[in-house]
Amino acid sequence: MTAKDLRNPLKTALGLGSSQSGVGHWWTQRVTAAALVLLGVWFVATVLCLLHADYATAHAAVAKPWNALLLIAFVLTMFWHAVLGLQVVIEDYVHTRWKEVVLLVAIKFLAVLGALASVLAVLRIALTP
Amino acid sequence: MADTQRPLSPHLQVYRWQVQMMSSILHRATGIALAVGSLLVIWGLLALAGGEASFNQFKICTGSPLGLVLLFGWSWALFYHLCNGIRHLVQDAGAGYAIPQFVRSSWLSVAGSIVLTLLVWAYVLTAGGAA
Repeated sequence: MTAKDLRNPLKTALGLGSSQSGVGHWWTQRVTAAALVLLGVWFVATVLCLLHADYATAHAAVAKPWNALLLIAFVLTMFWHAVLGLQVVIEDYVHTRWKEVVLLVAIKFLAVLGALASVLAVLRIALTP
Repeated sequence: MADTQRPLSPHLQVYRWQVQMMSSILHRATGIALAVGSLLVIWGLLALAGGEASFNQFKICTGSPLGLVLLFGWSWALFYHLCNGIRHLVQDAGAGYAIPQFVRSSWLSVAGSIVLTLLVWAYVLTAGGAA
């Protein structure tokens, strides 16, 4: 017998049951977190190496294939993780339904724009001689 | 959200202060701060992609007193979120739930973040100043 069989059918009928998708959010947050431990340390080290770099040095450093690749991986993971985290904060503290929905959509729009802008920038740096 | 008027947890006011409260709320606060800080990463990349003039403008802004104060804050937020994030990953794996361990790892996150922040800024100072 599974645990699901023990649930009162009324709970599902009232629409208060599990949406069956909560684990996806939780797990993705952890996987992106684990990735960001590595990518974040790499990012800080890279920035520190470029501390007083002039334009040409910084441009050449970001244009290196490995650096460009890891930078793109870093910004994509960062924005993904940020959206997942901000989503939980908004769901916890914004109790007016329409404001909650507007904010949830707004952070996704902003994160996608930010991620695309960052990727375009890195590509332009990497592909411009 | 359930359509109910009953009081919802957490009932923060009934607890005495514990370090775990601070480590938990700081994780959220630093997470929000870092999400805002991601704008700085976008700005830096766009400035570098935009050419020498925009990159130099970016360097002047981040090297200004206000820029350095913000960078210092963001660096601590990053290291705190990093240390405490690793702590949460360990806890998610099921380890460190005994109360003394839980308290100790909270302090460890705070101390670790401060040590890492100071190390990084000591390096910045020895590597020719923060300008």
